[in-house]
Amino acid sequence: MGWIDERFPLTKMWEEHLAKYYAPKNFNFWYFFGSLALLVLVLQIVTGIFLTMHYKPDGEMAFISVEYIMRDVDWGWLIRYLHSTGSSAFFIVVYLHMFRGLMYGSYQKPRELVWLFGMFIFLALMAEAFMGYLLPWGQMSYWGAQVIISLFGAIPVIGDDLTLWIRGDFVISDATLNRFFALHVVAVPLVLLMLVVMHIIGLHEVGSNNPEGIEIKKHKDENGIPLDGIPFHPYYSVKDLVGVVVFLILFSVVLFFMPEMGGYFLEHANFVPADQFKTPEHIAPVWYFTPFYAILRAIPDKLTGVIAMFAAIVVLFILPWIDRGKVHSIRYRSTAFKWLLAMLVISFIGLGYLGALPVTDTRTLFARLFSVGYFGYFIGIWMISKNEKTLPVPERIQ
Amino acid sequence: MMKMRLILVAALLLPALGWAAGTPTYPNDEIDIDWSDKASMQRGARTFVNYCMSCHSAAYSRYDRVGRDLGISDDLVLQNLVFTTDKYGEQTKVGELMKSTMTTEYAEQAFGVVPPDLSLIARSRGVNWLYNYLRGFYVDEARPLGVNNSVFDNVAMPHVLVELQGYQKARTAMRADGEGGEHEVIVGFDLIEPGSQSKSEYDQTVHDLVAFLDYIGEPYKQTRKNVGTGVIIFLFVLLILTYLLKKEYWKDIH
Repeated sequence: MGWIDERFPLTKMWEEHLAKYYAPKNFNFWYFFGSLALLVLVLQIVTGIFLTMHYKPDGEMAFISVEYIMRDVDWGWLIRYLHSTGSSAFFIVVYLHMFRGLMYGSYQKPRELVWLFGMFIFLALMAEAFMGYLLPWGQMSYWGAQVIISLFGAIPVIGDDLTLWIRGDFVISDATLNRFFALHVVAVPLVLLMLVVMHIIGLHEVGSNNPEGIEIKKHKDENGIPLDGIPFHPYYSVKDLVGVVVFLILFSVVLFFMPEMGGYFLEHANFVPADQFKTPEHIAPVWYFTPFYAILRAIPDKLTGVIAMFAAIVVLFILPWIDRGKVHSIRYRSTAFKWLLAMLVISFIGLGYLGALPVTDTRTLFARLFSVGYFGYFIGIWMISKNEKTLPVPERIQ
Repeated sequence: MMKMRLILVAALLLPALGWAAGTPTYPNDEIDIDWSDKASMQRGARTFVNYCMSCHSAAYSRYDRVGRDLGISDDLVLQNLVFTTDKYGEQTKVGELMKSTMTTEYAEQAFGVVPPDLSLIARSRGVNWLYNYLRGFYVDEARPLGVNNSVFDNVAMPHVLVELQGYQKARTAMRADGEGGEHEVIVGFDLIEPGSQSKSEYDQTVHDLVAFLDYIGEPYKQTRKNVGTGVIIFLFVLLILTYLLKKEYWKDIH
């Protein structure tokens, strides 16, 4: 060990990030999702590597090669379902992880950069998922990508050239499939991994927030160890292990007993090979994109819709500066804050539900209402947080 | 670019135009497939190779895999299920993919469309849809092949199973469409020329065929569930152990 430590800071890294990383002792249920996200990331990378051994990024063969994996490759069905269920699980875990951040003010000072890196991870994850969804080369892969890429066409002046540049062809074609494959298996995963490392380094620099939203570093013992902190390893490593097993049980129920999840995780139309001459009767993105897709559709003008959709993501990036409050945790924030957060959750779920359905007049009306609710959260936070009536925050974790 | 735009606009508008759904088509029955009933799937396989495979392939599937999964030996598979030949005129090998011998050029000339591969039809359409569709052919002189389908209007496919089911005529009635208007919808069928099977026999034939299609859509479905049960039991044991481990470590934290 000494031999290594003289040449590489192995023990130092182990201690800094695990054995002597002091985390607040009061983490609750919501704090499982960070490590679970890491677990799913590893799962996606490992299953992805095995899938690339058999998958063929070729307009003629992509669909067939996926079925070849499902039928002729030993345990191929398991690897593929792990990957497809894993992508949905990734978003569930990440959405809950982000919600935790909203509840306990984990984005507030001094964790703005942790939040920003997290948001870039979210963005990269969306790109990764979008490009990955084209690869099975089913009808929904094809037409979903067609619709989403065409959105860039709404950008004035450069729009048409931009879509052409993204696709590498006038329609989604073999060229698009090949470049999406390259981006999906090499470029974006590299970016994701790098961002995850930065997210964690940033977090370990400032220390974890907690459900009380108070800084444990304010009260340290004579050795400089936070009084309300406990070493991440072994305490949270063994605790997270329980979370991992519970997660894996739920994950297995979906994976082994309902891998299509009623058409939400694997859409029925995606069992038909891509056909550029036949539009499916209803094009819906996969569930994790539907909230943003619903915002897009709620606005009649295409360009404004596209702007609103991107604004819905951008606004999350600048949340640390929108929220001017000093108190972090929902436990000590005003009633108005709680109502706003409830409104955001309802709007987001409502939008997600509507985004998966065909448009009707009533649904558009509701989608508009929920869009207002979504953006209303951020406007509301900005307005109330300046002079928010908060409860007294305790000094220490009880 | 103009054409592209039109396609895209159509793509975006289609969800809005389509789906006047609400009035279900007739027939609208549900089917329950028993994966342990191998005999039913075997009968379905026989119907499939005899009636469907002249035009349709199940090209992601192999004959011997079907044999193994449904409990049919390779010899019996070759005798009873393999009716296609390779380019030398030899009988297709048992390890080959289940490809129809009809060429796409011929299919396009004959039907205007290439009959879709049926390997995944149960996963894209669903078993209920298939069960109703295969019982939904009725006489319609306006169609080039003399039949139409109540589930898939103006389908290009002929009524291949007509010798079993016979010809039936649609009974229609006027129904409100929920938007103030009325539409003529099919509410039942009357048999006008019986086939070789009675109605219940034909329903069973279709049931078996759909069971086979369900099997061929996801041949590993039963394995998947069996493995899953084992994995989940293992995880529950692991859960108890990890929980006890956590409790042991955390007992000195207050």
